[in-house]
Amino acid sequence: MVRADFDRNLEELEAELLLLGEMVEKAIVKSMDALERRDLTLAYEVVVEDDLIDEKRFELEERCIDLIATQQPLAVDLRTLLAVLHIAVELERMGDYAEGIGKICMIIGDDEPVETPKQLPQMARMGVTMLRRSLKSLMDRDTDLANDVWDSDDEVDALYDGVCRQIFLDMGQHPKTIEAATHFLWVAHDLERIADRATNIAERVIFVVTGRIGRYKRPSEETG
Amino acid sequence: MQDLDPILQTRGLSVYYDAKKAVTDVDLDMARNRITAIIGPSGCGKSTLLRCFNRMNDLIPSARVEGQVLFDGLDLYGHDVDPTEIRYEIGMVFQRPNPFPKSIYDNVAFGPRINGFQGDISELVERSLVRAALWDEVKDRLKASALSLSGGQQQRLCIARALAVEPRVILMDEPCSALDPIATLAIEELMRELSEDYSIVIVTHNMQQAARVSHYTAFLMVEEARVGFLVEFGESRQIFTNPKDERTEAYITGRFG
Repeated sequence: MVRADFDRNLEELEAELLLLGEMVEKAIVKSMDALERRDLTLAYEVVVEDDLIDEKRFELEERCIDLIATQQPLAVDLRTLLAVLHIAVELERMGDYAEGIGKICMIIGDDEPVETPKQLPQMARMGVTMLRRSLKSLMDRDTDLANDVWDSDDEVDALYDGVCRQIFLDMGQHPKTIEAATHFLWVAHDLERIADRATNIAERVIFVVTGRIGRYKRPSEETG
Repeated sequence: MQDLDPILQTRGLSVYYDAKKAVTDVDLDMARNRITAIIGPSGCGKSTLLRCFNRMNDLIPSARVEGQVLFDGLDLYGHDVDPTEIRYEIGMVFQRPNPFPKSIYDNVAFGPRINGFQGDISELVERSLVRAALWDEVKDRLKASALSLSGGQQQRLCIARALAVEPRVILMDEPCSALDPIATLAIEELMRELSEDYSIVIVTHNMQQAARVSHYTAFLMVEEARVGFLVEFGESRQIFTNPKDERTEAYITGRFG
């Protein structure tokens, strides 16, 4: 095999990207845990640990730039490096949403018990699953799996619409909870964005495999 | 890929050196006023293919050509075609700069003089040197020996010499392989400028160069059973970001063989 060193570098890069994905996944899970248990220490941890996610993203960016500059990648190598660059940014932004949820936990505090809308943990679980599957689709270069990630976003959107409606209803019925409910709206928004970012990762996977850039359409959508 | 306006076309082109095949059944269109790069591993027949375009292979006694090379529809290997005349229309620049051991001026004036050029030859020399982006560097020493120039300047002089006979196509066989990176970039810049008025076909080992400079790229390969066959042709941006054939992919990502 020629270019063994470059191949090793690419493998390491993807392993580091997976690591970033795991850090983000933990941040999301932890932020929701903190929200449900009103655990301010845990929430604070999520906020502080977001710096590590940011650093990891910059580290990945630097490695990509080094490889582009020194190896002059072409074809699938070029697409892979560009995708890693892009996905690192998507992951870092997902981390920011988790941090946002952590900050909201700290604002809500632990003194006033307001029930967390039940759709929120459900949205978080789906977002995490989409994140995991999007990265798996990258590792396996599996466009079918990437398509599935894309499709599952509709379910998250439906949950988001539902939780927004419910929160507005609650606001009308219990004006005292308006402030807390507004915070939950923000959490719902962050979770909805996390799922969107996972679909962006899936789009990059399609790009790596097929070279097609832009919003992905299933073949059936194109022939219509 | 957009429909391309071809100036040169090969149809079922094969080339033999004695009984040994060097190019196998190539169908390829080269676009007018564009740069077409021919890439491929050593021994894939790319230089042999290039030499068919102005019948330089005629100078190799053992070489034999089958199939057609069409130049604006004219069969270059037709019975009534004079290869010398073809070479004025389709000029060539070689791997190593090969100026004549004469003055800079005489190098450029050489072809037109042989052709019996009747116009203002000094004006033609100047125009050719300007087009080859060499004028400013040599205008004060046109009588100096061409061999006193640097390698990059010599190569641009060879391009000026080719331009002086007013060709329509310029063939380049590894034109930068003997040049340093700066001189290489100067030639590449020049090629892009020239492609507004000339059709250029370049053979290069340097894939980055093909990616930087060419509009279209043809990838030739050699296998045990077949030599010098076309694997893939397309717009360079497609070939270098998303080649269709996995053999092209393997070659341009450096994982060939």
